[in-house]
Amino acid sequence: MIQREELLKNGKVVAAIPEGPLAEKWTNYKAHQKLVNPANKRKLDVIIVGTGLAGASAAASLGEMGFHVLNFCIQDSPRRAHSIAAQGGINAAKNYQNDGDSVYRLFYDTIKGGDYRAREANVYRLAEVSNSIIDQCVAQGVPFARDYGGLLDNRSFGGAQVSRTFYAKGQTGQQLLLGAYSALSRQVQKGTVTLYTRYEMLDLVIIDGRARGIIARNLVTGKIERFAAHAVVIGTGGYGNTFFLSTNAMASNGSAAWQVYKKGAWFSNPCYAQIHPTCIPKHGEFQSKLTLMSESLRNDGRIWVPKKKEDAEAIRAGKLKPTQIPDEDRDFYLERRYPAFGNLVPRDVASRAAKERCDAGFGVNETGLAVYLDFKYAIERLGKDVVAARYGNLFQMYEKIVDDNPYETPMMIFPAIHYTMGGIWVDYELQTSIRGLFAIGEANFSDHGANRLGASALMQGLADGYFVLPYTIQNYLADQIQVPRFSTDRPEFEEAEKAIQDKIDRLMKIQGKRSVDSIHRELGNIMWEYVGMGRTKEGLEKGIALIADLKKVFWSDLFIPGKKADFNVELEKALRLADFLEIGDLMARDALMREESCGGHFREEYQTEEGEALRQDDKFSFASCWEYQGEDAEPKMLKEPLEYEFIKRQTRNYKA
Amino acid sequence: MDKNINITVKVWRQAGPKAKGAFETYKLQNISQGSSFLEMLDVLNEQLVNKERKEPIAFDHDCREGICGMCSLYINGHPHGPDTAVTTCQLHMRRFNDGDTITIEPWRSHAFPVIKDLVVDRRAYDKIMQAGGYISVNTGCGVDANAIPISKVAADEAMDAASCIGCGACAAACKNGSAMLFVSAKVSQLALLPQGKVEAARRAKAMLGKMDELGFGNCTNTGACAAECPKSVSLSNIARLNREFICAKLGD
Repeated sequence: MIQREELLKNGKVVAAIPEGPLAEKWTNYKAHQKLVNPANKRKLDVIIVGTGLAGASAAASLGEMGFHVLNFCIQDSPRRAHSIAAQGGINAAKNYQNDGDSVYRLFYDTIKGGDYRAREANVYRLAEVSNSIIDQCVAQGVPFARDYGGLLDNRSFGGAQVSRTFYAKGQTGQQLLLGAYSALSRQVQKGTVTLYTRYEMLDLVIIDGRARGIIARNLVTGKIERFAAHAVVIGTGGYGNTFFLSTNAMASNGSAAWQVYKKGAWFSNPCYAQIHPTCIPKHGEFQSKLTLMSESLRNDGRIWVPKKKEDAEAIRAGKLKPTQIPDEDRDFYLERRYPAFGNLVPRDVASRAAKERCDAGFGVNETGLAVYLDFKYAIERLGKDVVAARYGNLFQMYEKIVDDNPYETPMMIFPAIHYTMGGIWVDYELQTSIRGLFAIGEANFSDHGANRLGASALMQGLADGYFVLPYTIQNYLADQIQVPRFSTDRPEFEEAEKAIQDKIDRLMKIQGKRSVDSIHRELGNIMWEYVGMGRTKEGLEKGIALIADLKKVFWSDLFIPGKKADFNVELEKALRLADFLEIGDLMARDALMREESCGGHFREEYQTEEGEALRQDDKFSFASCWEYQGEDAEPKMLKEPLEYEFIKRQTRNYKA
Repeated sequence: MDKNINITVKVWRQAGPKAKGAFETYKLQNISQGSSFLEMLDVLNEQLVNKERKEPIAFDHDCREGICGMCSLYINGHPHGPDTAVTTCQLHMRRFNDGDTITIEPWRSHAFPVIKDLVVDRRAYDKIMQAGGYISVNTGCGVDANAIPISKVAADEAMDAASCIGCGACAAACKNGSAMLFVSAKVSQLALLPQGKVEAARRAKAMLGKMDELGFGNCTNTGACAAECPKSVSLSNIARLNREFICAKLGD
């Protein structure tokens, strides 16, 4: 099964990290990597699946270099990818604020924020290229916020003591994605990139051990089509929608990642899922998704719950308003527990602290599953106008959904699944364990360890797409210049397409009684209950059993109306849910295996007396690499040891 | 306070691009006013699939937080419904009353043909962008981000123009089916910034040329586009586009 033997040394996974001091690795790599000359670039095709920050920036950059790129997305336009919804900002080590920032500090904060479960060399490179991203985006016309002197403004974000976050109102992801989309559009015009919109990848095609193409479904006609290339890049984001309710877009899915896993690519750290602390609480059974409120709100908002249980009870019963509770009866629990970072602790810490208060009976909202985020103090300090200028669009969004005015009464927030740090295993070159298959952005696992810091997803997506993959993929493609274009009539394509056709036929023929969404909601409930914020051995075992039962229901009682060769949304969703059911299982297995608490993974058996996460560095300082063994076989786990050569592992401390 | 309401919805159903379409009427009971408009459609679809074993209504949607531009819909004669400055996904059922009949249609525009039911093909907007909606700079060619100061006023104005989500409501609302607001938003954003000023004239000409070629109509300054725009993109962008275009033509 293992495609690349060179990745295993003494049974352990090695990531092909270049030699030398940390700060010189990337420079040395680039100086010695193989390149492809311009005449040969034209002969090489690259498939990129996904048009988010990572996919679009990679497609644009490779197109500019002269490769021929086939770029796929499931939406009607590349500009709709879910990167567009990122609100708060993008980190970079520019140190424009003169507050002590540096490449090293961004690297250090990211490693620490990830609870010492990320790979040093990748993270350092990420910090190193962060500054080029800002330069690139400004050159493209991204309208970042500026000060009156005409220079770029910054804001602070969780997990850092410097202000290094660049932003464009509360729409940073949108502006960065539109920048990448512009660059991509320019290449489409030049003919270097061919766009396939409303296409969904359904399988990877491997020829002689190398990734050579994909099978995709044309979502408009329902036709299954074949595409060949010299290399395949997966940039399809995360698998947070396993939970049904998440902050991800409705169509975000883990299927491309799951297909390559089933073809032999390792899947790493699936249990590391980020629960974002500031989302609008759930309001009813019909709810289709959870809406995120940017973390930047924690810059000026103060988080609290009532100090007295009777106040919390009165609020839940609708007998008391939060504005009637005097300051001395408010428990600003983050400021109390973490004086040094206060409301700006990392996301995992803030989420767990909210859960702790709600579990203890201090939660607000009718359900008791919410805490307050209060702008009263910011309005007193800065004035309403300043607060409106900073957060106006977020306040408007909140008011539209909840029908409450956050200028007058505190917002209510609760944690929700937001981002998945785990993903397809990649080496230093972002190549997976399958030759010629690469993974970028949220789809890979490499940079955020067990927890991602705010404003770092945009940074990683663009780092991978603009500045890392365009170099490293050449090192692979340089050996492929003699390889002619493959015909899609080859038996490998034939076989892969047949398997997909069979799977679709099987799904269409069930004709049971359950809609896709009804099963997906049930999966979401299992995930939240047993594989969510607080995990236990018993709970995870129960979760695995329940998912297995639900999988049987799915394959025996599903109902898909309509025809397969048509625009059929229910069939699209069913194909994704088939994979979510299996991803959920692997997330639970990984969480069960990892007998420690770190970052977004919290095992209740492993906590300090104060309720903080307790890592077990001697046993679990590794990235899990799961290897598929077949439909009914247990997956096998390999380990990539995480050796910290340049920084010392510490217990994360945001108190002092 | 939000309560539950009973409503009737009339929805445009069309099996495919060439098929003949018609309105179908559905009754819905106990819809929470706290749910979003699209969640109301989810409930209707669940009813169609689970109880009636029929095909659900096809409609475009994705982020459901008003930013991706995927959702559309003409609701009671307005693109994105009766509220101002919101997308359909941010429209909530508290905007409607018990007993209401709600009419739902796809975008009405020659340039956005129907794919199925309420789903339309908006690739024409991508093609306009490809014609020139960018600054011609390759990856790695940027100078230090602070090397060129840009006044806060210009940066903020560029940001306002850049807030366009490319949903197509402007062209769908326009009696001429013009995409001028969409084109002008991108032309303005880039013309306001020194980086984009260099090729502003060429950009305006190329994007407008493509707009005409794709069958969008012309602008007669009615202003329906800006009135219906979910992101409140301003009409003044069209004035700026005209300025850029005339300058470009004078240079010919």
